[in-house]
Amino acid sequence: MSQSNRISGGQIDRSKTFRFTFDGMPYTGHPGDTLASALLANGVRLMGRSFKYHRPRGPISAGSEEPNALVQLRSGARQEPNTRATVAELFDGLQASSQNAWPSLKLDAMAINDKLNSFFTAGFYYKTFMWPAAFWEKLYEPIIRRAAGLGALTREEDPDEYDKGFAHCDLLVIGAGPAGLMAALTAGRAGARVILADEDFRMGGRLNAESLEVGGRAGAEWASAVVAELMSMPNVRMMARTTVVGAFDHGIYSVVERVSDHLAVPEAGKPRQTLWRIYSKRAILAGGATERPIAFENNDRPGIMLAGALRSYANRWGVAVGDRVAVFTNNDDGLRTARDLQSKGVDVAAVIDSRDGGDLLPGIRHLQGAQVIDSAGRLGLKSVTVRLANGKTETIACTALGVSGGWNPNVNITSHHRSRPEWREDISAFVPGAGGPANLTSVGAAGGALSTHGALATGQAQAIAALADLGFTATADTLPQAEDAPIAVSPLWYVHEGKGRAWIDQQNDVTVKDVKLAHQENFTSVEHLKRYTTLGMATDQGKTGNVLGIAVMAELTGQSIPATGTTIYRPPYTPVAMGTLAGRSRGKEFKPFRLTPSHKWASEQGAIFVEVGNWLRTQWVPKPGETTWRESVDREVLATRKSVGICDVTTLGKIDIQGTDAGAFLDRVYSNTFSTLAVGKCRYGLMLREDGMVFDDGTTARMGDNEYVMTTTTANAVTVFRHLEYCRQCLWPDMDVQIISTTEAWAQYSVAGPNARKLLQKIVDQDISDAAFPYMGAGNITIGGMRARLFRISFSGELAYEVAVPTRYGDALIRKLAAAGAEFDAVVYGTEALGVMRIEKGHVAGGELNGQSTALNMGLGKMVSKKKDSIGMVLSQREGMNSADGYRLVGVKPVDPNGSISAGSHFMEIGAPVELASDGGWLTSKVYSPHLGCDIALGYLKAGDQKIGRRMRAVNFLTKTDTEIEIVSPHFFDPEGERLRG
Amino acid sequence: MIINHPILGPRDAQEFVYLGDANLINRPDGMTAGIEAFHDYLYNRDNPAGEHRELWYHEQGDRSWLVVTRNTVTHEILKVELARDVAKAQGRSK
Repeated sequence: MSQSNRISGGQIDRSKTFRFTFDGMPYTGHPGDTLASALLANGVRLMGRSFKYHRPRGPISAGSEEPNALVQLRSGARQEPNTRATVAELFDGLQASSQNAWPSLKLDAMAINDKLNSFFTAGFYYKTFMWPAAFWEKLYEPIIRRAAGLGALTREEDPDEYDKGFAHCDLLVIGAGPAGLMAALTAGRAGARVILADEDFRMGGRLNAESLEVGGRAGAEWASAVVAELMSMPNVRMMARTTVVGAFDHGIYSVVERVSDHLAVPEAGKPRQTLWRIYSKRAILAGGATERPIAFENNDRPGIMLAGALRSYANRWGVAVGDRVAVFTNNDDGLRTARDLQSKGVDVAAVIDSRDGGDLLPGIRHLQGAQVIDSAGRLGLKSVTVRLANGKTETIACTALGVSGGWNPNVNITSHHRSRPEWREDISAFVPGAGGPANLTSVGAAGGALSTHGALATGQAQAIAALADLGFTATADTLPQAEDAPIAVSPLWYVHEGKGRAWIDQQNDVTVKDVKLAHQENFTSVEHLKRYTTLGMATDQGKTGNVLGIAVMAELTGQSIPATGTTIYRPPYTPVAMGTLAGRSRGKEFKPFRLTPSHKWASEQGAIFVEVGNWLRTQWVPKPGETTWRESVDREVLATRKSVGICDVTTLGKIDIQGTDAGAFLDRVYSNTFSTLAVGKCRYGLMLREDGMVFDDGTTARMGDNEYVMTTTTANAVTVFRHLEYCRQCLWPDMDVQIISTTEAWAQYSVAGPNARKLLQKIVDQDISDAAFPYMGAGNITIGGMRARLFRISFSGELAYEVAVPTRYGDALIRKLAAAGAEFDAVVYGTEALGVMRIEKGHVAGGELNGQSTALNMGLGKMVSKKKDSIGMVLSQREGMNSADGYRLVGVKPVDPNGSISAGSHFMEIGAPVELASDGGWLTSKVYSPHLGCDIALGYLKAGDQKIGRRMRAVNFLTKTDTEIEIVSPHFFDPEGERLRG
Repeated sequence: MIINHPILGPRDAQEFVYLGDANLINRPDGMTAGIEAFHDYLYNRDNPAGEHRELWYHEQGDRSWLVVTRNTVTHEILKVELARDVAKAQGRSK
């Protein structure tokens, strides 16, 4: 098909031809076209099927407000559903397809819904699919979703990149129509840093779509000249294809730039889209206005569109939507459409003007006091039926109808801080209300100034005012001459004649009848109206239909429109793709890993890694021939307890604490005492929250009189440091104590087992015999002359040390330790073996440090000193937290050594019914102990300290297991601690 | 939001961690105050629609704790102080 509807003029490049397809059919267009303008040029009006009734639909607009022409673009991994044909920039080779139609757009089987329309009224789904409830998720919802009108996602990964950007400016101008251009020009000339953003690929706004003159030349030419001047200014950033989607606090705007949407494939190194965060000192909304329709019976046929859109297609794109057109209007702007089309040689059948009186259009059949009451044409408009002023009806043949019910200022962004738009009677429209985002003003049509002169004047004035606030002096240059005619709108919201359906919100298939039904069922508040009928939902967010729906409700309730009110617009202004919000945070970059200093070496050994917080830690290291993880872990545990094992413990938080009050500070943040700790010694510390629950634990060493080194759990490294800063700055500001996190500064390894000392002595320069470096000793040492730290502490229950070197030597140290350990058959053990050994010793960790447990629960009640003030000390004494039948940490073994128990099981008495009332607590951690040859676990059991030796059951609802167990001491292995003092 | 840090100037709120009511500075003395006083301190909060003094921590920055006076309705920030200065002015010491 050739471009049969292409007429002269327009801002398209006819020297180049693009080839594209729609539903497999080949068409041609030109640079400067949108998909919609190119399809219309080829005589294609039918572009989609409606959401609910599957009615044939074409575009009603020429912009981002489009409710109907939702199409799928591209194919393969770049396929994108629900894009608006009216803003999709044409490129050579574009493949587009319709959605929500089967088997084809012209022959849609689901159009049966249209015949059954009397069932599908407002609230149909709510009323019909109530029962039985279980059917909703499995049966009803999938069927409804399949029938409802949205496109399908490709299941492939998006091959394109998305990015985030940050920009700062004095003045952000939103929209590059006459008002925005004038504002940017005024501010740019004054030397302010300006960002001008416009969602269109061609700046100029309505000037590109009008035949109006500005300053004695065509409006589009004037716009091009201003754009060229702005482009030449180094202080002005011009952002076309860029939509300001949200206003946030303190002048921050969220902005989507469609960097590559107009290309088949993004240029190398360029993202598909960029999500900008723009920091502005002042902002001007020059977002224009959106035309609204008038509802009448069958007003949704392809070929019926907004009058301004009909004019845009003719003036900007050189497209006559139909060979014979008519216009239905209640205002003077609609008359412009008829004049422009006629001057372009299009056959204008009639102007149906609902107003009485006034000048008649010369040379055009201008029917005053008339209304369109119906239309005909199944897949596209063929004629309209008109009720004439004299009461007679007339059928007028036409293939396009432009409808104008007036213009709604695009107030959306001014509502993002909950400001409600205000009604202005003279233009019958909502304008920005008070209390919008601070330092944002609205100009031009967005502010209710609907003439070109009004746009230029308010744009200039508000730019000067905004800049004056910032200390710039902007001059008011003489404004170019432009029209300043009032819109002369006489409200007509819907045609009262006819029993059929008259569409208000075409995207959601909401009709005047639906609003009437909502009123009848008492959903009269605008918020209820929206949710009951779905008016104003989905991708267009009611840009064309909302005000119309409110006006109909106002008429039904007998209230004024301002008294009826309006829903508040929320971000985003237009839909934003998930990929754009994600930016580069996808795949591995969504959650980057931190690697320990031994990672490279461990990888070489074939280690299996596990995520611990942000870290990857060695979980276990399989040896040849080992087929299950348990084999490896059992070997690592047994070898460590028999000889020696090495484990990377770098991930534990490390905090250096210095100052003359360091000891006193630690006394306040730990529940036990540290000021009395001798230099060169370490101590286990228990840290509470102010509510008395255990926050964290770790060992802290005194390295000098005024110098301590604290360790925290891996999970709480950041939060403990934050807490210490809080205590230091907010609670005890005069304490002489400085802290710094050194988690990343030191690589730290645990060396544990009977041969730990022998191994370390081979590489440590100093004497570390038991006499020289006793249990719980700590000190600065050297390894081959290099500074290091040594702590004689044990989590495994063995004779153990932790040795630390600056991180950059961590790889060298693990290699040195492994080499030195060869003669002792040293193993490297991972987090699994670590877990086995700590549970064998009854040490608390993640499962027990759950944020809901007290020191008493953990069997550490005596560690909370009452002789000094410390965080959490007072509230840990609350009665409810100290009852004798509260939870106590216990050990658990299955009565049958081959029996299996699982963490998360609940304690129940033998013979007790499996119900909540029988619950005695739960198992927090469980491992298989190769020493005891059975499963062992820790758990919180009510009055557990009084139940040692008792037989109970471990019941797990998830694994459906019920195992007889024995309650034992949590110290399964070497309860006297003889090994670690060896 | 943008918080005008007393030392570093305007910084994006994303750099901060929020804690809550700045009244947390007024921690009772554990050796003299009882459970009741601590209970009030920890749990009883005003929840004003309007001006609110609150603690923010510049975690992705200089680690200052700040007292930010913010209007909870408009998010307007009226005052930003170093929490250490506020604490000292309120008589806190060691």
